[in-house]
Amino acid sequence: MKAQQLAQPSGYADLSRPLKLLTYAMLLVGAFSMALPFVWMVSTACKPPAELNTFPIQWFPQQPMCMENLTELYDQSPNFNRYLLNSAIMTLGRTVGQFITCSLAAYGFARFRFPGRGVLFALCLGLLMVPFQAILIPEYMLLNRLGWLNTLTALIVPGSFSAFALFLLRQAFLQIPIEFEESAELEGANPLQVLWYVTLPLSVPALAAFAVITIQAAWNDFLFPLVAANTPETRVATIGISLLQGERNTPWNILMMGSFLATLPMLLMFVVLQRYFIEGVSLSGLRTMR
Amino acid sequence: MRKVSLPDLPEVSRNIMTIALNWLGRTPLTRRRALWGLALVAPNVLGLLFFFGIPVLNAFITSFQEWNAIKPPVPIGFANFERLANDSAFWQALTNTLKLLIFAVPVGVASALFVALLLNQQLRGRGIFRTIYFLPVVTSTVAAAMVWTWIFQPRYGLAGNLLSPLGLRDLNWLTRPDLVLIPIGIVMVWQRIGFDMVLFLAGLQNIPRQLYEAAIIDGANRWQRFRFVTLPMLSPTTFFIVLLSVINAFQVFDQVYVMTARTTRGGVGGSAVTLTYFMYDRGFLKSEFGYASAIAMVLFLIILGMTILQLRLQRRWVYYESEGGV
Repeated sequence: MKAQQLAQPSGYADLSRPLKLLTYAMLLVGAFSMALPFVWMVSTACKPPAELNTFPIQWFPQQPMCMENLTELYDQSPNFNRYLLNSAIMTLGRTVGQFITCSLAAYGFARFRFPGRGVLFALCLGLLMVPFQAILIPEYMLLNRLGWLNTLTALIVPGSFSAFALFLLRQAFLQIPIEFEESAELEGANPLQVLWYVTLPLSVPALAAFAVITIQAAWNDFLFPLVAANTPETRVATIGISLLQGERNTPWNILMMGSFLATLPMLLMFVVLQRYFIEGVSLSGLRTMR
Repeated sequence: MRKVSLPDLPEVSRNIMTIALNWLGRTPLTRRRALWGLALVAPNVLGLLFFFGIPVLNAFITSFQEWNAIKPPVPIGFANFERLANDSAFWQALTNTLKLLIFAVPVGVASALFVALLLNQQLRGRGIFRTIYFLPVVTSTVAAAMVWTWIFQPRYGLAGNLLSPLGLRDLNWLTRPDLVLIPIGIVMVWQRIGFDMVLFLAGLQNIPRQLYEAAIIDGANRWQRFRFVTLPMLSPTTFFIVLLSVINAFQVFDQVYVMTARTTRGGVGGSAVTLTYFMYDRGFLKSEFGYASAIAMVLFLIILGMTILQLRLQRRWVYYESEGGV
C-alpha cells in the first residue's frame, strides 16, 4: 500500500530548472559514493595480482582475469561451494520454517478466541525487545545440551520461529475482510483449508515482504553461525569469506571475488523483488532487518 | 445452604471437566474454535519460548554465576557486575560503542533525510536512485566490511589514493587506535542510509498535501515550508529512526570482527572493541560464560530501555498517521 504511494512523488511544488539540476547533481554524487564500493569490489575481483598495488590506482583491470581468480578462490578455499550451499540450506530452512510456524500462529492469533490469547501474544511481542546478542551464550549452551552444535539443525531450527514474522503476518491477516473466510467455513472448510486457500492467497504482498526480509537476514547472518556451527562441513558463506582473510593473508582480488559471490544472490534478489523489500521496511519498521 | 458432604469422585471430575470446558468456551462451537486457536499458535509459541524465552531467563541467571570451561557454575551474587564496573576493558568497549553511535547516528540520519527530501521531488529516475541507495542494506555486513577493509588499506587502498593530494596516502586507518573507529563508522553509515531513507520517504508521503498548499497560499518560501511544515510533521518519524539507529549501533559486531582481522582482532589495544564484541570475546574466546552473561545483561538493559522508549514514541507515531498507518 505504501509502496504504491512511494511510486508517486509528493514534492511540494515543481522545481525550477537550476534547482532541478542541482538536485540531480547531488543525487548523482551520493549515488556514486554508495555504488563505489560495489564497483571497486567487482573491479578488484577481476584484477591480476600485479595490478592490485599500483599508484595511482587503476579503476578497471587492464588484463581482466575473472575466471582465473575464481579458480584461485576455490584453490584457496576448496570448501567454498559447500559454504554457499550451507548458506542456501540455512536460508531456505529458516524461511520455510518461519512461513509454517508464523502463518499458523498469526492466523490463530488473528481469527480465534482462546483463553490466554492476550498473554501469549504479549509474551511473543516481548521477545521482540530482546536483542539476539544478549541470549547468545545461553543459546549456545542450549544447542550444546541438545547435541546440535556444529550441525545444520542448529542453523535452521532456532531460526524457524519468529516473533517479528508473527507480528507482520498477523497485521496482514487482520486486514483481510473476514467475510471471505466465513463463507469458506460455511462451505465446510476446516481452519487449515481456510488459511491455505483463502487467507494466504489474499496476503501475497505481505508474504513476499516477509520472505525477502527473512531470506536477506538469514543469508547475511554471521554471529550466530560463527558460534553455533563453525566446522568445514557446516560453515556458511559469510564465515567462509571472513576465514579467507583471517587465517592466511589471501590477496585482495581473491577476497573480493569471494565477497562478490557471497553478495551476488542478495543483490539479484533485491533488484528483482525490490518492491517487496521497500514495502517490508516501511510496513514493519518496528525492527531492524539485521 | 447446601449440606456439606463428601462429593463422590465422578462428580468431582465432572466439575473439573465443566470448569475446563467453560474456560475454553461457553458453547461447543466456541470450544472447538478455542482448541483450533491453541493448536495453531502452539508451534511458534512453544518454539519461541524454548529457543528465546528460556535463554533470556538463563542469561539472567548465568550473569550471577561464575562459570568457565573447567568448573561447573557457582552462584556469586553481584560479583560479575562489580568486576564489570572496575574493568577498564568494559569501559573502553562502552566508550567505543558510544563514539561509534555519536558519529554514525547523526551522520546517517541526516544523510538519509537529505536523500529522502531530494527523492521526494518530481524527478525522473527516482526509482534507480532509490535502488542504488538501498543496495548496501541488502549486502551482507561481512562482505561490505571486507570491501571497506580493502578500501582503507594504507598505501594502495582506494581511500589513501583518493586522499593522497592531502598527503594522507600512508595513513594506517585500521591499525591506529585513534583512527580505527572512523572506517567502522563509515561502514555503519553506508549500510544504514538506504534503510532510513525508505522510512523517511514513507513519513514524507504521509504529510498531507493541503498543508503545503496552505503554506504556499500564505506566501511561505521553500525553506519556510521545510522548516515549518516538513520538519515538524516528520518529527515522529525522525525520533523513531534515531532510536532504531541507536539500537543498531549497540549491536555492532561484524564490522569489528572483519575489519581488524589482519592485525589484532578488536583493534590494537582494544581500540575497536564494541560491547557486543567484548561479550563475544569474553564468552567464546575466553570461555568466561558468567562474566560474558553480565555483559549481555548490560547490553540487554540498554537496548530494552531504547526499545521501550521507541514503542512509546511509536504509539504516537502511528497516531499521527492514523489514516492508514499499520
